[in-house]
Amino acid sequence: MKIAIASGKGGTGKTTLSTNLAHFLATSERVVLADLDVEEPNSGLFIRGELQLREDKFKQIPNWLKEECTLCGNCQKVCNFHAIIKLGKQIMVFPELCHSCFACSELCPAKALPMLPQKMGELKHFILAGIDFIESKLDIGQEQAVPLIAQTWEYVDAHFGNDRIKLFDSPPGTSCPVIEATKNADLVILITEPTPFGLHDLKLAVETMRELKKNFAVVINRFGIGNDDVIDYCGQEGIEILAKLPNDRRIAELYSRGELIYPKIPAFKAELQKIADYVLRLQIRSSK
Amino acid sequence: MKEIVVISGKGGTGKTSITASFALLGEKNVIVADCDVDAADMHLLLQPDWHFSEEFFSGVAAEIDQGKCIKCGKCANVCRFHAIPVIDKKYVINNLNCEGCGYCYQICPRDAITMVEQNVGKWFVSNIKTGSKMVHARLRSGADNSGKLVAKVKNEARKIAEKNGVGWILVDGSPGIGCPVVSSLSGADLVVLVTEPSVSGLHDLERVYELTKKFHLPSGCIINKADINPEVVGKIKTFLQKENITHLADLPYDETFTKAMTFGKTIIESGESEIKNTLQQIWKKINNLLTDEREKS
Repeated sequence: MKIAIASGKGGTGKTTLSTNLAHFLATSERVVLADLDVEEPNSGLFIRGELQLREDKFKQIPNWLKEECTLCGNCQKVCNFHAIIKLGKQIMVFPELCHSCFACSELCPAKALPMLPQKMGELKHFILAGIDFIESKLDIGQEQAVPLIAQTWEYVDAHFGNDRIKLFDSPPGTSCPVIEATKNADLVILITEPTPFGLHDLKLAVETMRELKKNFAVVINRFGIGNDDVIDYCGQEGIEILAKLPNDRRIAELYSRGELIYPKIPAFKAELQKIADYVLRLQIRSSK
Repeated sequence: MKEIVVISGKGGTGKTSITASFALLGEKNVIVADCDVDAADMHLLLQPDWHFSEEFFSGVAAEIDQGKCIKCGKCANVCRFHAIPVIDKKYVINNLNCEGCGYCYQICPRDAITMVEQNVGKWFVSNIKTGSKMVHARLRSGADNSGKLVAKVKNEARKIAEKNGVGWILVDGSPGIGCPVVSSLSGADLVVLVTEPSVSGLHDLERVYELTKKFHLPSGCIINKADINPEVVGKIKTFLQKENITHLADLPYDETFTKAMTFGKTIIESGESEIKNTLQQIWKKINNLLTDEREKS
C-alpha cells in the first residue's frame, strides 16, 4: 500500500500530516515514511530515530577524455539540454543541466565521454519503533530533484514488501517532481487549506491527479479559517474529504518546535483517526 | 531598473500575501512578476484583467510514426527514462516519462521518431488594481521546464518596465532550491526572504540562503508569525547576523492576512492596522537597501 501526501500549494501541512499519520499508524502497523521533498525535506525534524544507513546518491555525468577526443562536436549536436558544448579545442560539461540520458557518451565515435557518477545528494534510513524513515536530501546547487526522488522510490521498493503501509511526503506544486513522487502511489492524499489560495492550488492538483488517473482524496487543514469554498468544490466534483484538521494556534506552536500534534490536541487526533481508518480499510482491501 | 525577488524556501510562510502588499505600496512604480508558476496565486489578490496571453512552448518530447517503425526496439533499449514501453506489440512513448533527450531520435534506423515541441503553459500580461502591470503564468500540470517559464515571465516584466519607464520589478519567487528558484534569482538586485519561526522554517531558510549566497546579492529577511516561537526567532536572528542579512521586521501570527485574502484583498486595503504600518516600514527599508546599493555601485 503506497500513499503519497501531496498538495498544490506549499505550507498546507503535508509534513504535519505525513509525520503524525506515520507515527499514529505505527501503533498497530508496520510503516515506512519516505520524505520525497528532497529540495526542502522536513519530516526528519519531527520523526527521529536511529540511523541505520547513510548513502550518497549519484547521477551519471559525461566525463571528457581530452586525449581520446577528436573534437567532432557530435556530443554538442545530440545534447538537447545544452549540457555539453564545444568551445574552441575544449569540451565543456555542465552537470546541473545534464539529464543523464547517455546520448553524448554512447554516440561519441571516439568513446571520449565515459559516464561517471557525480554526487547529487544523500539518502538516510532511520529506524524507530514501528517506522522505517527514509530521508533524501538534494545537495545545494543541484537543480534537478527528479532523479533523487526516483532513486528514493527504488530504495523503498527494494527494501519493503507489500505488507507495509508506505507514506510518501511529496514536494509541493504540480510539475515534474510531484509527478515523479506520486506516479506509483495507490492513493494520493491532497492536503489543502480552506482559503482562496488553497482552493486555487487544490484545483490544479486535482487536475494533475486526474491526468495521472490517480485515486485521490482530500484532507482540509486549518479548518475554521477562510470560507466554505473548498468544501463546496469537493462536493460538486465528487471528491471525498477524509478529514478536517482543526485550525488552532497551539498546533502552529507545537509544529514550530518540531513536535507531533496528535498526542497533545485531541480534536486533531480525532480527525487523524478518520484518515487512519480510511487507510487501514484500503490496506485490508488491497491485501485480499 | 532594479529587481526585488521574494523567496521563502518553505511554502506557507506568507510570501505571496506579503509580496502583494508591497505591490500595493509600490503602486505604479512597480511591475509585478509572479514567478511561482507552479502554484501561482498572486492574481487572486491583485485582480488582473488577463489583458494579453500567449502559449508557451519549451522542450520537446518524442513521437513515433508507427507506419515507419520496424519494431527493432533500439529506441526502448537506449531510453534511460523507461519512456518507451511496448503496448499492443507497438513501441509507444509515455509522455510523462519522456525527458525529451532525443537519444531515441538519434538512434532510430528508420527516422520513425520526431521530437515535437511541447506546450507547457501560458503566460499573461495584465493590468492590475495598483494601476500598474503584472506578468504571470500558468504551467500545465505535470509539465517540465518551469525554470524556463520563470525566465520568460521575468524577461517580459523587464521589457514592460523598460518600455514604460518603471524603475522596479517585484518578483514572487518559487519555492524550494531547484531550477525555478535559480531562475527566479538570476538577474536580481535584492532578495527578500520570508520565513517563519518553526524548525522547518529555519531549516529551509538556511538551505535556500546557501543557494542565494552564490548570487552575491544583498538580502533582507522578514520573520512572519514571529510570536509563535520566540526561541526559534532567536536562532533565526543569530543566523541573519552571521550571514549579514538585514533583519527587516517581525510580523505577528495574525489571521487578518487570511481574512483579507478571502475577500481577494491584501492587508494594505483592509483598513489601518499595526501590520499595515509594519509593512509600510519594511517597504521603506527595502527602498533604502536598494538606494544604498546604487550608491555603492
